Amino acid sequence: MPREIFEIPDRVETLSILSADGSLDEELAPAIDDDLLIKLYRFMLLGRRFDERLLNLQRQGRIGTFPPVSGQEASQVGPVSVLEEEDWMVPSFREAVAEMWRGRSMESIIISASGFSEGASEAGEGNNLPVSVPVGSQMLHAVGIGWGMKYRERKNVVMTFFGDGATSEGDFHEAMNFAAVYRAPVVFICQNNQWAISIPRSKQTRSKSIAQKAVAYGMPGIQVDGNDILAMVAASREAVDRARNGEGPTLIEAVTYRMSVHTTADDPKRYRKDDEVESWRAKDPLTRFAGYLSEKGLLDEEKIQAVESEIKESIQAAVDRAEEKMKSMGDPMDMFEHTYEKRPAYLEEQRELLARELKEEGNHG
Amino acid sequence: MSPSSPETMRRLTYRDAVREALAEAMRKDERVFLMGEDVGRYGGCFAASKRLLEEFGPERIRDTPLSESGFVGAGIGAALGGMRPIVEIMTVNFSLLAADQIMNTAATYLHMSGGQFNVPLVIRMATGGGRQLAAQHSHCLDGWYAHIPGIRVVSPATHEDARGMLWTALQDPDPVLIFEHSGLYNLEGELAADAGPVDIDRAKLCRPGRDISIISYSASLIKALEAAEILSAEGIEAEVIDLRSLRPLDEATFLSSVSRTHRALIVDEGWRSGSISAEISARIMEGVFFDLDAPVERLCSAEVPMPYAKHMEAAALPQVDNIVELIRIMVKTHG
Repeated sequence: MPREIFEIPDRVETLSILSADGSLDEELAPAIDDDLLIKLYRFMLLGRRFDERLLNLQRQGRIGTFPPVSGQEASQVGPVSVLEEEDWMVPSFREAVAEMWRGRSMESIIISASGFSEGASEAGEGNNLPVSVPVGSQMLHAVGIGWGMKYRERKNVVMTFFGDGATSEGDFHEAMNFAAVYRAPVVFICQNNQWAISIPRSKQTRSKSIAQKAVAYGMPGIQVDGNDILAMVAASREAVDRARNGEGPTLIEAVTYRMSVHTTADDPKRYRKDDEVESWRAKDPLTRFAGYLSEKGLLDEEKIQAVESEIKESIQAAVDRAEEKMKSMGDPMDMFEHTYEKRPAYLEEQRELLARELKEEGNHG
Repeated sequence: MSPSSPETMRRLTYRDAVREALAEAMRKDERVFLMGEDVGRYGGCFAASKRLLEEFGPERIRDTPLSESGFVGAGIGAALGGMRPIVEIMTVNFSLLAADQIMNTAATYLHMSGGQFNVPLVIRMATGGGRQLAAQHSHCLDGWYAHIPGIRVVSPATHEDARGMLWTALQDPDPVLIFEHSGLYNLEGELAADAGPVDIDRAKLCRPGRDISIISYSASLIKALEAAEILSAEGIEAEVIDLRSLRPLDEATFLSSVSRTHRALIVDEGWRSGSISAEISARIMEGVFFDLDAPVERLCSAEVPMPYAKHMEAAALPQVDNIVELIRIMVKTHG
C-alpha cells in the first residue's frame, strides 16, 4: 500500500471552565445546585485542612507516614461527587478526600496512618476498596469489578484513581486494554500531579498528553484542568453517564499539582524548585472556587470562617476519637487476624507461640 | 465416600476430569466463569476447556487479551465484586507476569482491608516438565508459590483430585492456586461415576508400606507409585504419600508415616535449593528426628533451566529409576 496518513477517528479534547484568573465559561459550566456547590467547597477545604493537621501530627510523632492530597482536592472531589452510593470507588493511596466524600471517617484515616489495620476496617460501608500501594495494580481490580457488574446487568459504574507515574506501569496498559475490549463501565481518573516522587512528568512519557493514550485503546480521553472543580464535575458526569449507558470506559487526565510532599518521608526541595511550586499556587483549586462562589453570592468572609471553624472542630473531634480508640489497639496478636478467613492450624500454632513468648517477656520485664 | 465397585467406575483422562469439574462448577453457580488466553474456541492451551464455549457462551468462557497481570487483576476485581472467577494461566512460567497481583494483592487483600474484603479467586495453571516445552514453559514452581501466606496451593496428582478440588476451591473465601501438571493431562485413570468435591487440606496415604516413606506430589507421585511397585517385587515396601496441598502442608500425615517407616525420601520436581522438599525435610527433622534410621533424602530437578532435547530433559527430572536406586541404597545401607 502507498504511504498515506492513517486517519484516527478519535480525538482528544481539553476542558477548562473556571480559569485560574477566575474567568468562567458559562456555556460549559455544569448545572450544580447551590447545596452541592457548598458541599464541594466544604470537602475541598476539609481535604486541605485535614492534610495540614495530619502533617502536624506526623511531625509531632503522633502518627506514621501519609500521602497528602493538597493541590489535588478538585481532581478528587469533582469525580466522586458524580457517583451514586452503589457505584464503586477504587483508590490508589493518595485519595483521602475522595474517600471521605464516599463516607470514610477521618479517624479511620488517622488510625490507618498510625499503623493499625482497624483503620481499614473502619473505612465505612459501601463499595469502596481500600488503598492499594503497588502502583497501578488497583486499576485492574476496577476493570474486574466493572465487568462483573456488566455481566450481572447492574447499572453501576466503577471509578478508579491513579497518578501520572502509574501510566508507565504495565497494569495501566493492561487495565485500559481490558476495559475497552470488554466495554467495562469504568472511569479512569489519572491525577497528573506532575511528580512521581522525584520523577517529573516529562521523564514519565514522551506523549504530549496522558489523555491521548486512550486513543490507542479505543476509548475517549479528555485532558481536564484538574484544579477546576467545575470542569472535573462536567467531565466526570459525561464519563459516568457513558459507562452507565453501556458505552464503555473513559480516561480523564486531571492536570493538577502535588503541592506538598510525596509522603511525609519525602523532601521535595531536593528535586524541584520553589518557583515551580509558587506558579502552581497561583492556580490553587480552592482559592479559585472560593472566588467563584463569592461571585455567585454563596460565600463571603463570614461564611468562610464558619466553615473553617466547623472543619477545625470536626478534625479535632476526629483526632480525639482516633487517639482514644488507638489506646486499645496494637495487640501484636492481632497480626494473625486477617491472613485467611479461617485461620489454618499452622498459623494458630505460630500465634500461640508468640503469645507464650510475649507472656514470658512480660514476666521477665 | 464414592462407591468403587467396577460398574460405577469409568475410565477417563486427567484432562477430562478437569473439564468435568469446570462444567459442573459453571452449572452449579451462575457467578462462576472461566477467563484466560485461548480458553474459548481454541479450548485452552492444554484443551481443558474444549467444548465448554458451546454450553456456556462467550460471557462465561472468556477469551482475554494476552495479558497475565491483566486477567489475574481483573479476576481479583471480579471476585471482590461478588463473582467466582476461575482464571486459567497457560503455564506457571507465565504466571510470573502476574506475580504482583497474586502475591501483593490477592494474598494481602483481606489484611489490607482490615478484614473487609476476601478474594474468592481460583487460579489454575499448568506446571512441570517432561513434554519438551523447554526452559520457559516447563518449570515446577508449585512449591515456590507455597511460600506465600494468604493463598492456598494445591497440586492434584490424581483423577479424583483433578475432578474434585476445583469446587472446594471455589467455596473457599480466600484465593486458591491449582497446579495441573502438563504431563498428567493425557493420563488415563479410573474415576467413580459420581465423583465429586474433595478436601483441599489433607495429604493422602496412597500406598501403605513398612520400609520407607516416599513423600511426593503432582506428576512425581505417579513416578513414586511406579517405583514402589518395582521395589515391592524386591521385598522393599515403600509407603507413598501424596501431599495434595502444599499450603497448608499436612505434616501430621507425613510425620506419622515417617515415624512408622523410619526413613523418608522426598520426590519433588521443583529445584532443590530452597524448595518445598527442603521444607518437608526440615519438618521431619523438627518433628520425628529420633524416629529416623537414615538421613532424609531428596530427589529434585537439576538446578538448570529446563533443557529442550528429550533425553536431556529426562535426565534433568527425577525419574522412576532414580527413585528405585536411591531407595535400595537407603534401605540397605541403613538396614
